[in-house]
Amino acid sequence: MSSAGASRAFDPAALFKALFLGLIAVFVLVPLLATLLGGFKSLGELRVNPFGLPGRWEWQNYADILFSARYWQLLRNSLIIATLAVTLTLITASMAAFTFAHVKFYGSSMLLSYLTLGLLFPAATAVLPLFIKVRDLGLLDTYFGVALPQVAFSLAMSVLLLRRFFKDIPYELLEAALVDGCSYIKFFRYVTLPLSRPILATVGTITFVNSWNAYLLPLVMLNTDALYPWPLGIMVYQGEYSSEWHLILAFITLTILPTIILFLLAQKHIVAGLTAGAVKG
Amino acid sequence: MVQRRIASVSAMGVAKPSFSPLAVRGPTWDGRFTVLILFLPPALLLFTLFVVLPIGEAAWYSAFNWNGFGRPTNWIGLDNYRFVLETRAFWLALRNNGLIIAVSLAIQLPLALTLALMLAERFRGAVALRMLFFMPYILAEIATGLIFSFVYDGDYGLVASIWRAFSAEPPHLLASTDTAMLAVLIVVVWKYFGFHMMLFIAALQGLDKSLIEAARIDGATRTQTLRHVVIPLLYPTVRLSVFFAIIGSLQLFDLVMPLTRGGPADSSNTMVSFLYNNGISRMRVGYGSAIGVILFAICVTFAFTYKRWFMRDE
Repeated sequence: MSSAGASRAFDPAALFKALFLGLIAVFVLVPLLATLLGGFKSLGELRVNPFGLPGRWEWQNYADILFSARYWQLLRNSLIIATLAVTLTLITASMAAFTFAHVKFYGSSMLLSYLTLGLLFPAATAVLPLFIKVRDLGLLDTYFGVALPQVAFSLAMSVLLLRRFFKDIPYELLEAALVDGCSYIKFFRYVTLPLSRPILATVGTITFVNSWNAYLLPLVMLNTDALYPWPLGIMVYQGEYSSEWHLILAFITLTILPTIILFLLAQKHIVAGLTAGAVKG
Repeated sequence: MVQRRIASVSAMGVAKPSFSPLAVRGPTWDGRFTVLILFLPPALLLFTLFVVLPIGEAAWYSAFNWNGFGRPTNWIGLDNYRFVLETRAFWLALRNNGLIIAVSLAIQLPLALTLALMLAERFRGAVALRMLFFMPYILAEIATGLIFSFVYDGDYGLVASIWRAFSAEPPHLLASTDTAMLAVLIVVVWKYFGFHMMLFIAALQGLDKSLIEAARIDGATRTQTLRHVVIPLLYPTVRLSVFFAIIGSLQLFDLVMPLTRGGPADSSNTMVSFLYNNGISRMRVGYGSAIGVILFAICVTFAFTYKRWFMRDE
């Protein structure tokens, strides 16, 4: 459709487009690259040369962090909380979505709208009462105290996405299975879930990324350093090393690395998942 | 009762499948009942316990002067709301949320749309650029905030070194009430434009190509096609993108904390960071709950009004 290929050299529009895209790419890349490279510099060099390649590569900055128990503990905590959140979200949301998609009962649409109320406001609005609730349940300073509210807040979107997908599984299939003596639960387990791998992956990825990056809930619910997920840990680290930017930059790089790797591996699910709400509206 | 049992027997496949209206209506009540009591409660319970109840409790706690210990006893009616509305920082936070929305509409949205139009076409590197522009969106807000507190740092940062290259005294952008919010706004654009771009790309790929072809065949130029065909077709996505920008601005918090913590002198607070600084970190449960209820009211009012006014057809 575009004729850019034919007259590339003389097309001012194409030139403008390339310049514009290049400019935005620089705007996005420079802070990220400066962070990565800054971690390889000494503090003195960082001050005079924050942009360029390091004159001397200080591998030690990264090595010190990689060989510290602290870094791995932060990642472990984040991984535990995110895994809990993903597992519980997938189980509870898919069961509820299945019921809403395939079981007709009085009040079904009312209960579904009740759940989707969760889309309307951020968790932060009720974080103080939530703190009191988690405290009264004895879950303060536990992984579950963070993961359970995360599950609760991810339910609305997850149920909507899953229900829409489940609804596309033909009702006749369920009917036939029931006539042949299959129960709803077996149908859910052996037909619905295996057919729904793509959407389960998408919902799982959104929940994972949200939980992995979360700051406010763990900040409110956790008091013990040993339980901190990485966003809390990195803030503490920055507090301790206040202006030793080379170490902080190395630390940032190493903590966002897992996210970037996950992104490159699961781009499709991440993009689909994070823009999925869009299609739904 | 008996009837129900017969129905369930036939569903078990003992009786031959019949095509009576009952069978067409499908599965029996017995089977459904098991699913209902097993499958719904976990989600409903979690949602009620951790989402709905806390909102209700926020309304209740907001009538007390309470530090969170023991039970709330010191009833002060609507005073907390009065205190919130009398706090200057609250209005600053509200203004800042307004600024974020304004920047989202005036800068981020046109930028995202332009990039989407450029990158929806197939050419070498288009996919890589899409991914690059989307990447800031998946980075944790905490990490993004820290990266930019380095970028803005008056001694070691990128901005400082540019200033020094022109032998000017580097500014401490985040430490001045005049520039802190501006600095936050730039980071907001950096972090979120890629998400909105992806929304538009997804919409563009779903467009009915024949409409565009038809316009071109009828002699419309590229620009005309864009203005009168493509962009009107994108209106639903524009409305959606605006919706996300506004809701997102109302819950912005993580990004502000590493950058400015809402300071200096409350100049860069958002509603949520104001809530954190004044309610949560000092355990003023009543006061903080009042802020939460106000924020809740704003979000819900906005969501319903917006849906009613702008998203009626969807």
